[in-house]
Amino acid sequence: MTARQVLQQADIARALTRISHEILESNRGSSDLVLLGIPTRGVILAKRIAAILDSIEPGAGTVGSLDVTMYRDDLAKNPTRAPGPTEIPAGGIDGKTVILVDDVLYSGRTIRAALDALSDLGRPRAVRLAALVDRGHRELPIRADFVGKNLPTAAGERINVRLLEIDPVEEVTIE
Amino acid sequence: MRHLLSTKDLTRDAAIALLDTAEDMADVADREVKKLPTLRGKTVVNLFFEDSTRTRVSFEVAAKRLSADVITFSAKGSSVSKGESLKDTAQTLAAMGADAVVIRHSASGAPRVLADSGWIDAGIVNAGDGTHEHPTQALLDAFTIRKRLHGAASRGRDLDGVTVTIVGDILHSRVARSNLWLLTALGAHVNFVAPATLLPVSTEGWPVELSYDLDEAVDAGPDVIMMLRIQGERMNAAFFPNAREYSRQWGLDDERVARLPAASIVMHPGPMNRGLEISAGAADSPRSAVLEQVANGVSTRMAVLYHLLSGAVEL
Repeated sequence: MTARQVLQQADIARALTRISHEILESNRGSSDLVLLGIPTRGVILAKRIAAILDSIEPGAGTVGSLDVTMYRDDLAKNPTRAPGPTEIPAGGIDGKTVILVDDVLYSGRTIRAALDALSDLGRPRAVRLAALVDRGHRELPIRADFVGKNLPTAAGERINVRLLEIDPVEEVTIE
Repeated sequence: MRHLLSTKDLTRDAAIALLDTAEDMADVADREVKKLPTLRGKTVVNLFFEDSTRTRVSFEVAAKRLSADVITFSAKGSSVSKGESLKDTAQTLAAMGADAVVIRHSASGAPRVLADSGWIDAGIVNAGDGTHEHPTQALLDAFTIRKRLHGAASRGRDLDGVTVTIVGDILHSRVARSNLWLLTALGAHVNFVAPATLLPVSTEGWPVELSYDLDEAVDAGPDVIMMLRIQGERMNAAFFPNAREYSRQWGLDDERVARLPAASIVMHPGPMNRGLEISAGAADSPRSAVLEQVANGVSTRMAVLYHLLSGAVEL
């Protein structure tokens, strides 16, 4: 099947800028914001959003990563996955507003695992979700607060997010 | 990974994957909630036919941190150490639904028997079998060395070019054997130093250099010097004249430890005979990583249990 490009580099940049503004708007400023990216590409996106936040309101946006491998509900169905690193910023997450950042929101199961992982790490004041692409087909009552692009898909299609930090090109494709 | 019986079976990549997972597991120990839900509903049986404190407790903590149910079964003093009874024990555990069995046995090869016999379907972890292997000890040693050398940047690294000198009772040491295979697979260079009576009859085909002189080995400035315990329970013949002479010739005393390079790491799998193979000064020096080894044991064993139990069953 051929891949069709749905977002180019400039589109991704614009989406992230908009998400950053929305985060600041809904949070009424940048106080007590912690961005946690879900490996692998969620972490990169979280870092980019943090950089944008910082350029709008200097000092905003501490960033970290949250690995959810150990909390997944499909571990017994797949070959063993290698977990990734979890890095929580020095201030912790207690009483903070945590923004979870992932590249694609699909069944919602990753986010369910992330919420469980968060509750073992502390008690945030609020948890929000930002995703670059929302492709639908939710299996759990979870929705994103900040979405780069809503992309209606068929279950058999694949969404590929490629980012320059680790991929040769920057784009979102559907195949 | 279905079983962990020997470090000989581990490739460089598999070993690094295990060590990297252990890094993530180590982070859990620093958290407020020191528990992961990963192995919820799995049963791990610790089957210990031989005495142990740190390995048994370490496996127990590791399994509990991953939310597995743990049953610890010490067979000391009973007659289960005979072949047929091992079969009965295994079948009993299988009937109770054990998902993994951690076994320590005085007979070399007992875990292999359990894994190959078909008596039990569970994953088998060798926690020390006779004078054969002790793979999780080697993994935690490699983890400790890597952590000392590379700190927070340890992930994905091997031990290329690291020199490790293992000193003492090589003949009876499963720790030395497991470390030899694992450290060599990771790119390290291993030397054995021991009295001739405490070396195996043949080390043909082993990727190791032998020597009989600890002073020479110390002056060569190894990156790691690992002292082995003189195993009183296996000293059934006159391997050396007496303890004082052993200590003088092959013990790591204060004077020898002072001659090591400042960055050298002193290791000991424990339990230590202070004053025999290692002096108190050496064991408590800043070079010593003995307590780190114990702490890292939990993370490493969590990683092993995770790799053994989390994935889909490979048929």
